[in-house]
Amino acid sequence: MGKLFKFHTDVDTDQIIASQYLLFPTIEEMKSHTFESLDPSFASQVQPGDFVVAAENFGCGSSREQAPSVLKALGVKAVVAKSFARIFYRNAINIGLPVIVCKELYDHVEDGEEMELSLTEGTATVHGQTFSCTKLNPYMQNILNQGGLLASLNREEA
Amino acid sequence: MGMTLAEKIIASAAGVESVRPGDIHTVELDLLMSNDGTTHLTIDMYHKLRHPHIADVNKLVWIVDHNMPSDSPKTAASQKKMRDFAKENGIPFYEGKGVCHQIMMENHVRPGQLIFGADSHTCAYGALGAFGTGVGCTDYLYAMVTGKSWVLVPESLKFNLTGKLNHGVTARDLILTIIGRIGANGANYKAMEFSGEGLKTLTMSDRIAVCNLCVEAGAKTALMEADEVALDYLSSRGRTPKAVFHADEDAAYAQTYEVNLSEIVPVVAKPHFVDQVVPAAECLGTHIDEAFLGSCNNGRIEDLRAAAAILKGRKVADTVRFLVVPASGEIYRQALEEGLLTTFMEAGAIVMNANCSVCWGSCQGVIGEGETLISTGTRNFKGRAGHPGSFVYLASAETVTASAIAGEITTADRLPKREG
Repeated sequence: MGKLFKFHTDVDTDQIIASQYLLFPTIEEMKSHTFESLDPSFASQVQPGDFVVAAENFGCGSSREQAPSVLKALGVKAVVAKSFARIFYRNAINIGLPVIVCKELYDHVEDGEEMELSLTEGTATVHGQTFSCTKLNPYMQNILNQGGLLASLNREEA
Repeated sequence: MGMTLAEKIIASAAGVESVRPGDIHTVELDLLMSNDGTTHLTIDMYHKLRHPHIADVNKLVWIVDHNMPSDSPKTAASQKKMRDFAKENGIPFYEGKGVCHQIMMENHVRPGQLIFGADSHTCAYGALGAFGTGVGCTDYLYAMVTGKSWVLVPESLKFNLTGKLNHGVTARDLILTIIGRIGANGANYKAMEFSGEGLKTLTMSDRIAVCNLCVEAGAKTALMEADEVALDYLSSRGRTPKAVFHADEDAAYAQTYEVNLSEIVPVVAKPHFVDQVVPAAECLGTHIDEAFLGSCNNGRIEDLRAAAAILKGRKVADTVRFLVVPASGEIYRQALEEGLLTTFMEAGAIVMNANCSVCWGSCQGVIGEGETLISTGTRNFKGRAGHPGSFVYLASAETVTASAIAGEITTADRLPKREG
């Protein structure tokens, strides 16, 4: 179980992590600024195992991999959205952050509710109601299962 | 069934006869561009690999352009890491020479190539018939080490351009209008292909402006056939195509849009989204504090010439900081030789070094709470140019310049006549 943090449609990568923090030396130094413009308390409130829930086109805008990386570094277990912008989606899978497309969930949940996610079943459960999520493309699922693209690269080149 | 431009380039890079949307292919990459926005993280990950190595150093191009020159000790450290690594490994490296995509267009991109750039506006390379797409640093690193990557073949949208842009209307107005029409995710996961008689009327600078902004509709890439205009530009720069592809007559498109260029009017994208596009006429009188002419979208010599022609004999409003930032060092020098920089300075504009500047809101010209910027940059997201409580309007070089003179949003044809 984890708490869900609910965001709107078209959340762009500048809102996830703003430009002025991107050249900080490490993700660890950036992560306290996650979602700063939308919810300044997010980075201090979120706990490992919590979820980000959003509507359409989550992660639109820049290709900054810092966006999924700060979420992962804060312990966000998965992002569940109606749809994702493609670069964010690909980056998240590459770093091993599950990004789950679920069309129905968003309209039936409130910010702060407890949620359970089964990656193997492809379901999300909130206040007893279970929503089915779209299965990942097998190629991408395989990257995620290996722990991300670099883990799979290290394995290929072992 | 025939193939679209995107499908042809992927098939070529994958070494297969044909591809279909939804297929995943392993492709050989031609070029890998990375800038100071993420390269320091790529290098950290590189050093953690079990067998760190570079497949082909000559496919890499590294460019420091985002926070150029650096604005803080932290930035300086990240850029030093990039500079040192490039030097140690013999990676082609630019610093202070301009915005990455402009440098790539001037010096590297060739028709028919498949290019990954660790920057979302890499789709600009479609103006030369190359498949450019933005990636994060993990994708970049994988490609840097293996020379390859995986690509999901996108569906293509066709934009059939007819007619000709009217005087005072620009390619910037055209692409903003298209993004307004299809929405911020209207081309998500898709390729945007531009063709038709109207395309022939667009200059290289126009084409770069159009392709560059397509990611703001979510596009994976933007493509134009490399015709005479593109090939002339290429040969003037001493380069030859890798391959010139033509979309097949019977290629399948997810959707076709008809766009009559003569119907486009000057527009602005209102805060806080690139698809919030309205005719500029609807925003007349909106107070501005700062104006920005520059970026990979609109900092070329043609944009500077258009701005200087409007500014000549006029002054920037006392209440406005007008930042003029050529997109590359080469453009800067050309503007200097043509006397444009004198015109800007006499009018009270601030001419700055070639870099990403306030388009990315971290380096120079950052605006404060409650302030409003009108910009030729790529994005107007909340806080994009500085404080989350500031506002960014996107418009053409002409509209930005006219607004800088008026101190409020206006178009060039609405300015009072010059004195004398």
